Amino acid sequence: MPITTAYEAKIEHISILDAKGNFDEKLGGAAGKLIIPDADLVQLYSAMVSCRQLDEVAFRLQRSGRMGTYPQNMGQEATSLGAAYVLRKDDWMVTCYRENCGLFWRGVPKEAILLHWMGDERGNAMPKPHWVTPIYVPLGTQMLHAAGLTLAAKYRGEDRIACTFFGDGASSEGDFHEACNFAASLHIPVVFVCQNNFWAISTPSTINSAASTFAQRGLSYGMPCLQCDGNDLFATVYTMRKAVEHARTTGTPCFVEMVTYRLGDHTTADDAKRYRDQSEVDAWKARDPIIRVRQFMTKRKLWDDGKEAALAERVERENAEAVARAEGIALPGRSDFFDSMYAETPQDLLIQRDTMQTHSLGQDPSQLPVEAQERAAQLSAAAAATHH
Amino acid sequence: MANLNLVQAINLALIQEMEKNHDIVLLGEDIGINGGVFRVTEGLQKRFGGARVFDTPLAESGIIGLSIGMAMGGLHPVPEIQFEGFLGPAYDQICSHAARMRSRTRGAFTVPMTIRIPVGGGIHAPELHSDSPEAIYAHTPGLKVVMPSSPYDAKGLLVTALREPDPVLFFEPKRIYRAFREEVPEDEYTLPLGKARTVCEGTDLTIVSWGASVVQCMQAIEKSEQSIELIDLRTIYPFDMDAVAASVSKTGRCVVVHEAPLTCGFGSEIAARIMERCFLQLEAPVQRVAGFDTTMPYYKLELDYLPDAARVTRAIHDCMAY
Repeated sequence: MPITTAYEAKIEHISILDAKGNFDEKLGGAAGKLIIPDADLVQLYSAMVSCRQLDEVAFRLQRSGRMGTYPQNMGQEATSLGAAYVLRKDDWMVTCYRENCGLFWRGVPKEAILLHWMGDERGNAMPKPHWVTPIYVPLGTQMLHAAGLTLAAKYRGEDRIACTFFGDGASSEGDFHEACNFAASLHIPVVFVCQNNFWAISTPSTINSAASTFAQRGLSYGMPCLQCDGNDLFATVYTMRKAVEHARTTGTPCFVEMVTYRLGDHTTADDAKRYRDQSEVDAWKARDPIIRVRQFMTKRKLWDDGKEAALAERVERENAEAVARAEGIALPGRSDFFDSMYAETPQDLLIQRDTMQTHSLGQDPSQLPVEAQERAAQLSAAAAATHH
Repeated sequence: MANLNLVQAINLALIQEMEKNHDIVLLGEDIGINGGVFRVTEGLQKRFGGARVFDTPLAESGIIGLSIGMAMGGLHPVPEIQFEGFLGPAYDQICSHAARMRSRTRGAFTVPMTIRIPVGGGIHAPELHSDSPEAIYAHTPGLKVVMPSSPYDAKGLLVTALREPDPVLFFEPKRIYRAFREEVPEDEYTLPLGKARTVCEGTDLTIVSWGASVVQCMQAIEKSEQSIELIDLRTIYPFDMDAVAASVSKTGRCVVVHEAPLTCGFGSEIAARIMERCFLQLEAPVQRVAGFDTTMPYYKLELDYLPDAARVTRAIHDCMAY
């Protein structure tokens, strides 16, 4: 018998506005009929500028000791923003930690994200109407939650879908593969978005996959797979429209790889100079998603230096206000971390909370004989005096 | 009132709660048409349909991760992990996410979910089908851990778990799945989590145990000349230390019995608490009868590993003689 072909696939790559300013009107639309209307384009551009400026503010906050470790989003603004722009306002966005731009577009207050990195869980108490989940720190686990959230919606007869974000590194995790398999096999409409930013801290994407694209990871689960230029806002919007339409109309998942680049360090605790060449970074700086849109808008008379200056001023003011709100929130109570462990705090925890002690005599001094109680009180008083 | 074994009692609890609460959804490996490898979910897919009782791909982390999302989305998923030995792949989802979601979002997202898990040895099963990992999860803040020892308790505790707003690991001792029957009311009743059951009263010594070991303890007690009080913890977290302390304060002696390995088994916590709370009433050091600190042996030697009535009896004698 002749050998036949059991399976064949191709992955489309979508690029509309490239780094040199070339614009594909076939995909992106002719003047007046752009796939992103002019007014929206200005808004989206402003959102990217604002997100970038907040990154700089956050970096300075960390360096001056006002914030803990922070992962900058720099260079990747067009990925999550394109998705957030396309998704319905009541579709779930289940993100990792480099999707600020999309989250802010959704209306997540900037101070929520800042609070998270300032070491305050209240930043994760995402208000529900935004249909976003809190920042996820361990890589690759949240895609399963996206599938579960969408399955819950499907169970209720809602046509809400989910879009979940992760990086090239996270796509090596087992949970990523399980999420793809569950969504595809159980018919759950999730759009999986892999932000391939080439670096997982110091691990290059070539160590995370030997395949020529990350998009093809989705092929083995029977999903349609697309790849786009993740630094091209028009391409991310175009690609997400295709992906979202597929998910919503077929009730099955779709896979998108957005090729982008992490311009900054992994986090403020990282020094990328240790493992990558400046020439590589410089080459990607020339492909910055923000510069590209600004030049496009300028060429089309949608933007000028005056507007840019006004935007810079507004963004600086708004972000300073967000920082002030984040820093202005009252400290949580000293025992605050006890109160959200369970819907009803178990008795054992209540005692630990109320005494702030774990030793049983500290929790219940009446266990001590009377003379020992006096002795313990004296020792505690002496210790307190020493501390002061 | 019906005379039911533990499998039937759990099946009944699931049916009754699923009829009341449309948000309860069952998922897992082979739980649909096959009714689960222990037949605990027998007939449920037929009764409630494929959207409420469905088979998943074979991936435990996926099962729990999907369930967490479903719970965050407002359902009460009941994932089955086929054997406790397969919990390993799901550990990260259980401990890094299910246990922490309420706390890390300060209540914005919660994970009401009941994970059903056949547990423990004694049924001549292959390796990784006979372990007792309850202490691992009791050590993880944010979870509740339940292990019934009888059909009556299983139904009452499971109904409570299915109404819990927080994640519960519901361990079902497979050794007593069909070991005995007892009267189980069809009418609704619940048993609170965190309340122990005094199986029998006594004045000389307290035995604290849970799960299938309770049966071994009863065998030892029935043959003993001493007046022994047996406390079945029923829930490992939260646990009823007041009941244990009251009993040990009365008897002055205590033996803790569990299948899990000795070191850092939940008996360690019980012993430490007794030492803290009943120090002046103790007549003898707290004794533990537990699995050994070895890998659970294959089934030819599993009965030499598991605590039995003879080992419990020996501990009773040593503790009384002290």
